[in-house]
Amino acid sequence: MREFSSPRGLWTVAASYLAALVLTIWPLPDWAEVFRPVWVPLVTIYWCLWLPERIGVVTAFFAGLLVDALSGTLLGEHALALVLVAWATLWLHLQVRVFPWWQQCVVVLGILALHAFALFWVDGMLGYTLGAGLRWMPVLVSAALWPWITQVMARLQNRYRTA
Amino acid sequence: MAVFRRQRSPQLFSSRPAGALRTLFLILICIVLMVYDHQTGRLKQIHAALATVVWPVQVIVDAPHSLLVWAGDKLATHVHLVNENADLKGRLLQADAELQQFAALQQENERLRNLMQAASHVSGRVSVAMIVSAALDPFRHMVVIDKGTGDGVFEGQTVLDAYGIVGQVTRTAPLASEVTLISDPGQAIQVEVNRTGLRTLAVGSADLTQLSLPYVTNSADVKEGDLVVSSGLGGRYPAGYPVGIISHFERNPAEPFAHVAARTAADLGHGHEVLLFWPAQTPPQTELPPKPAPTLKPQAKAGKKKS
Repeated sequence: MREFSSPRGLWTVAASYLAALVLTIWPLPDWAEVFRPVWVPLVTIYWCLWLPERIGVVTAFFAGLLVDALSGTLLGEHALALVLVAWATLWLHLQVRVFPWWQQCVVVLGILALHAFALFWVDGMLGYTLGAGLRWMPVLVSAALWPWITQVMARLQNRYRTA
Repeated sequence: MAVFRRQRSPQLFSSRPAGALRTLFLILICIVLMVYDHQTGRLKQIHAALATVVWPVQVIVDAPHSLLVWAGDKLATHVHLVNENADLKGRLLQADAELQQFAALQQENERLRNLMQAASHVSGRVSVAMIVSAALDPFRHMVVIDKGTGDGVFEGQTVLDAYGIVGQVTRTAPLASEVTLISDPGQAIQVEVNRTGLRTLAVGSADLTQLSLPYVTNSADVKEGDLVVSSGLGGRYPAGYPVGIISHFERNPAEPFAHVAARTAADLGHGHEVLLFWPAQTPPQTELPPKPAPTLKPQAKAGKKKS
């Protein structure tokens, strides 16, 4: 059942990633900076959940390289974290699809914790260990936003018939 | 909605495995990339290419601000411009008057330095750059500016603003470059306390407005409000530019060093414009750090053989 007529509306995926990248570096006031949701992992989780036959670890890898380029981190740091996110989501996607929203939130929290841990681990090896407690704030905020994000993304996906 | 999807997606029951091999392969690539990038820094071309790919994203983020500036320029009224012009002329006159005195003082300073046989201050050329985006990671203080190698920007270049040292260029691309701020936790700058000449190091903290001076002894003569300037000893930053103002000094007899913090002199959190600094005498190509390495290594080896 692999043969689809054509990759329809994959630009929706591209547009969502572009929006996620823009939101990732959108200037915020200093106090809000630590609460900024991790948009790129959220988008990756959504597409791995609902479009696993097209979006997976390879997409995540390239998205991660772009994030690395934008944020000035080591090349491969965000790529590694996002590959882990995609892998975990693909592994769980059949179960998570039928979960009620609050259970989905818990799973997303776990996957994003893995993401944050991977980044923290690499940063730790480089000597960036300050502010360790604050690193979990974006994870909590992002997981709490998951129901709304999935609503918006599902609407976009249906409207533009992305499959 | 979920029902709709389940009917449409034929992959629900025949999904491929998560691709363990592919995942492992990619993870391996990531680790190799990171190690290679960290230890050799030889991935400049890839960095430059990726920076060019993400350039549109930075343009989009910067668009509202540029639009606002552009609209402000277009919509400025005649009266406003005349007022601004008068104000600027007044300030220029004031600055000129101060500059006359400055020129005399500089000459006197130079003469005194010659008498003391001290190295003279490096002066240089500056040029304005705009900050197009700030770092995504709140724990790393980094900004991207709109000048790149095409404008003569080089790695290790000092970046200033109107009030003091901002940081240094850490990565360059043709159209943009990354500046790591002095408040970044991974940065340190050689400084001296202006009042006493005490030399020490200022390192970044997690806070954008704070530096910490961890190696000031308890007996040191430092007061709150003291100006801290760059000493130029590391060979990276020019000497004599403001770095910070001591905001906290606490003697701590239980530990070898006092707790000293400084507020950054430069306005790191807010400005939209920075100044790139080109030293006058030394051309950009000659970098100080690589030179001593070849002479040091043989000595070290010889020392080992002897012992």
